[in-house]
Amino acid sequence: MSQGPILELRGINKSFGPVQVLHDVAFSAHAGEVTALVGDNGAGKSTLVKCVGGIHQIDSGEYFFEGRKVQVHGPRDAAELGVEIVYQDLALCDNLDIVQNMFLGRERRSGLVLDEAGMEEMAAKTLEGLSVRTVKSLRQHVSSLSGGQRQTVAIAKAVLWNSKVVILDEPTAALGVAQTAQVLELVRRLADNGLAVVLISHNMNDVFAVSDRIAALYLGRMAAQTKTSEVTHSQVVELITSGRSGELGLGNGNGATS
Amino acid sequence: MTTETLPEQRASDSRVGGHLRNYFERVRGGELGALPAVFGLVVLCVIFSVLRPAFLSAINFANLFTQGAAVTVIAMGLVFVLLLGEIDLSAGFASGVCAAVLAVLLTLEGWPWYLAVLAAMLTGVLIGLALGSLVAKLGIPSFVVTLAAFLAFQGVVLLLVKNGTNISIQDGTILAIANNNVPPLLGWAGAVVGVAAYAVIQITQARRRTGRGLVADPMSVIGFRVAALAAVAGVAVYVLNLERSRNAAIVSLKGVPIVVPLIVLLLIVWTFVLRRTAYGRHIYAVGGNAEAARRAGIDVDRIRISAFVICSFMASVGGIIAASRANSVDPNTGGSNVLLFAVGAAVIGGTSLFGGRGRALDAVLGGAVVAVIENGMGLMGYSAGVKFAVTGSVLLLAASVDALSRKRAAAGGRR
Repeated sequence: MSQGPILELRGINKSFGPVQVLHDVAFSAHAGEVTALVGDNGAGKSTLVKCVGGIHQIDSGEYFFEGRKVQVHGPRDAAELGVEIVYQDLALCDNLDIVQNMFLGRERRSGLVLDEAGMEEMAAKTLEGLSVRTVKSLRQHVSSLSGGQRQTVAIAKAVLWNSKVVILDEPTAALGVAQTAQVLELVRRLADNGLAVVLISHNMNDVFAVSDRIAALYLGRMAAQTKTSEVTHSQVVELITSGRSGELGLGNGNGATS
Repeated sequence: MTTETLPEQRASDSRVGGHLRNYFERVRGGELGALPAVFGLVVLCVIFSVLRPAFLSAINFANLFTQGAAVTVIAMGLVFVLLLGEIDLSAGFASGVCAAVLAVLLTLEGWPWYLAVLAAMLTGVLIGLALGSLVAKLGIPSFVVTLAAFLAFQGVVLLLVKNGTNISIQDGTILAIANNNVPPLLGWAGAVVGVAAYAVIQITQARRRTGRGLVADPMSVIGFRVAALAAVAGVAVYVLNLERSRNAAIVSLKGVPIVVPLIVLLLIVWTFVLRRTAYGRHIYAVGGNAEAARRAGIDVDRIRISAFVICSFMASVGGIIAASRANSVDPNTGGSNVLLFAVGAAVIGGTSLFGGRGRALDAVLGGAVVAVIENGMGLMGYSAGVKFAVTGSVLLLAASVDALSRKRAAAGGRR
């Protein structure tokens, strides 16, 4: 897949009051690929993602989607483009079942009444498309699910809406070894299905296991964006901790290579 | 966690055994549902009918309904507020204010009954709008807002009834609500139509689901539910249609009290709203995880305000029933134990005080338990003091069951 990126940001600046969190950041994500977004705490990963998702408005810079320049003023705009974010705390309602959670806020109805059967069918189809076979029943409450299953439901919820870009904020942070492997497999499958996946992670093993590209933020600047196959483990750690690594990184321009 | 595939599970779920197993699993996991209330109701009824055979008489059975009606209706409204994890301590006196509005307009101003009822209900809606806005928009805890309103409304009732006078109600239509009965034949017709409609809805729903290849309740389970409903409705209508008058030659007293179909109607409407509409789904979502609901694009403030509006509206209906039953409105209408009985009814029925879990049916089941306790202990000749203490203990017991089942669900479910 060597066509242009589906999502591209150029020269993004974002300040909160006197604190400038993002400096002239460039970022892109390609369909069918997993782009890992790495960086130390406070590097601006979450802020960048929230700008993409429309939760924060960018101060200046350009937002391209499928090659078109777009304006994103809120979460609804981002959702309409096909950008979905799965937050770290998942935002699931424990007292609702899997189908109810997946359709929360966007319930399908026929007239006044909820179209339960239709929603259950769509949810089952989506989970099947992701080859998820670990849940017993779609009508079980989310409170009875394991951490990995909850993550799966949250991801399936994001995929349900024919989304094109799915951003995952530390999906494996709270999971055990086996469940982490399960979720990473799912992340890979999303990309193989043609979605552009952005994976925020602190875990270098995860990053190297599934990503095609790595984007490293350092103190609010994009230190480098490179193919995963072209860098080593320690180079990425250097980029995260000091913003540069040999030829790569800040100091060689703003690193926004693809 | 199990790794059964979906198709296998579908097959085993459609059998009765699987259905029962799922049910017991849910109960063990802390989802007790109606179980404690039904169990309590049966135990209480057995105890009282053994100790006081009069408890089982037709006249006492009819009394139970009219006694418990106002509290049950108020509790049904409270379920909405409790579902959000909020509380409305002013619901009792809100019903008092609405009843006072009704009495003043009806008796002192001479309004026709329908306008006075409309005005009372409108008062309820406005009260809910004010309380809900204070909670949702200003962010004052509902406990404090409604505690303040509790005191203020008590004052408003006093002012409306001119410092403690008693306004009697003479309007026949209003008095009929809690004092008159449905003709026996109409009672039977209503029961038959109701059970038939329930059966048709359940069966078509299951048919539609199996037609689309989804898991549906097995026909035997549906048959059991329909039969149970038919039995309960049949016995109730039969007993209520017995002659209850001590002297039938002078005045005949039989038939289902009008409050019963009224409560059934409200139960159907609110159950439909909670279970079948997007609005109801959003109420549960806000109660379960307000932040998740907000991110899903649900207007959380609007949901909060609307729940308080429904609660106060139902309080106004409860106030009208109370006024009808007492034939008058005085400063104590909706006061003393009404609120605690209503909260107790909702919680005893199985609505969680922590939000996110509850049904309109809970109010009816819990309302029945509260009414049976009050009625049975009255027959036993206990004083009001003992009755309060016992009802309080039952409320505490229900709240403990609620807290424990929540703990159990959290421990068993999360991972």
